[in-house]
Amino acid sequence: MGVTPARGPGAHEEVLDPISPNFITTRLDFLANWARSNSLWPMPFGTACCAIEFMATAAARFDIARFGMERMSFSPRQADVLICAGRLPFKLAPVIRRIWDQMPQPKWAISMGACASSGGIFDTYTMVQGIDTIIPVDVYVPGCPPRPEGLLYGIMLLQKKIRGESLADPTLRQEQLVGPDGLFRRPEAINEVSEPFGNSISQTRSG
Amino acid sequence: MSEAGTLAVLEAARASARAAIEAFGAEHLRHTESCGQVILHVAPPLAKQVLAWLQADPAHRFDYLTDVTAVEYRDPERPLEVVYQLRSLERRVDLRVKVPLDPEGTLQVETVTDLWAGAEWLEREVWDMFGVRFRGHGDLRRILMWQTYDEGHPLRKSFPLRGHRSRAEQTRQALAANPEAHYTLEEISIHEAYQELPPDMQERLRRRMEAGS
Repeated sequence: MGVTPARGPGAHEEVLDPISPNFITTRLDFLANWARSNSLWPMPFGTACCAIEFMATAAARFDIARFGMERMSFSPRQADVLICAGRLPFKLAPVIRRIWDQMPQPKWAISMGACASSGGIFDTYTMVQGIDTIIPVDVYVPGCPPRPEGLLYGIMLLQKKIRGESLADPTLRQEQLVGPDGLFRRPEAINEVSEPFGNSISQTRSG
Repeated sequence: MSEAGTLAVLEAARASARAAIEAFGAEHLRHTESCGQVILHVAPPLAKQVLAWLQADPAHRFDYLTDVTAVEYRDPERPLEVVYQLRSLERRVDLRVKVPLDPEGTLQVETVTDLWAGAEWLEREVWDMFGVRFRGHGDLRRILMWQTYDEGHPLRKSFPLRGHRSRAEQTRQALAANPEAHYTLEEISIHEAYQELPPDMQERLRRRMEAGS
């Protein structure tokens, strides 16, 4: 256990930080991260064509068993990483939020494909413009749909991210902060990331 | 199908359309053709009668309702049309029936669920997307959008592509929706709602349980 001086004026006594980086915790981090990153159990949330590529990734040729992910967890309660493969309509928004809430910590999320990451070509009344307006996302995999190599690269990035985690980071396992109106992000931020861009600016005729 | 066979089918559909016009009067019915499809345009008050006649008349026997849908055109002069795609399984003939409605007026037609039970969900979809009311439909709820969706009917031309509300407000409303509230009580738990079911449904469930399935 490390000892850190309290900040702020008038702080004389030293406050014991429950966990701070030292030899034991970093070794413990290394062990936990090694184990976690090599046995990620995915919760497949496949809604569209990305799920086909995801299935190909899980099958023999690309074989995510090589990364310790062969055990698909179709119950969120036994899953480590949520893979949202495909577009997410507003009707599914409360469903993915509930699934995410059911997953135990530590948990991570991969947003697979253009639609899950940004709404993709579906800049319409039905579509969530990026699942990061609903749940926190660790890795975005671009593509429409991404090739299995792309998803594998995303998985390897996530493993790298997990290997860099530390028990000493107090914000690491903070539950998602949902405001009083049930939103995961500030309303202005959601509106800002949902602004039409590129070709979709000229799509709306009637308003 | 051979070319002669295609022509024979088309001719059979034309014959049905002409017979309907003869039976109900040319002032309410009209027959056009487009892309190899025979289309019968029927004035709204007669629609139910004509459809029932096409189904029941032994010379026509359109016993299968392929689809119910609607179409609104960009030209504001053209009416919003409810489209019934009929098929006679026996005679292998297709016939399209269109009922024009005033897009500015009240969109209302008679239900055909009593003629073809399969029309139930199709009519719900037309209600959900276009706001056409089907008089006599037993369960006219939204089917694609969630129950609490209140932005209107998305496939109308007056509906903006991204919806009326801001993305944040749409997200907030979507997250506030209960995902299980899309279903009626009997769809969620048939046992709890058993006493409230209509007698014929109770009878059907009882028989099925007795049969042990």
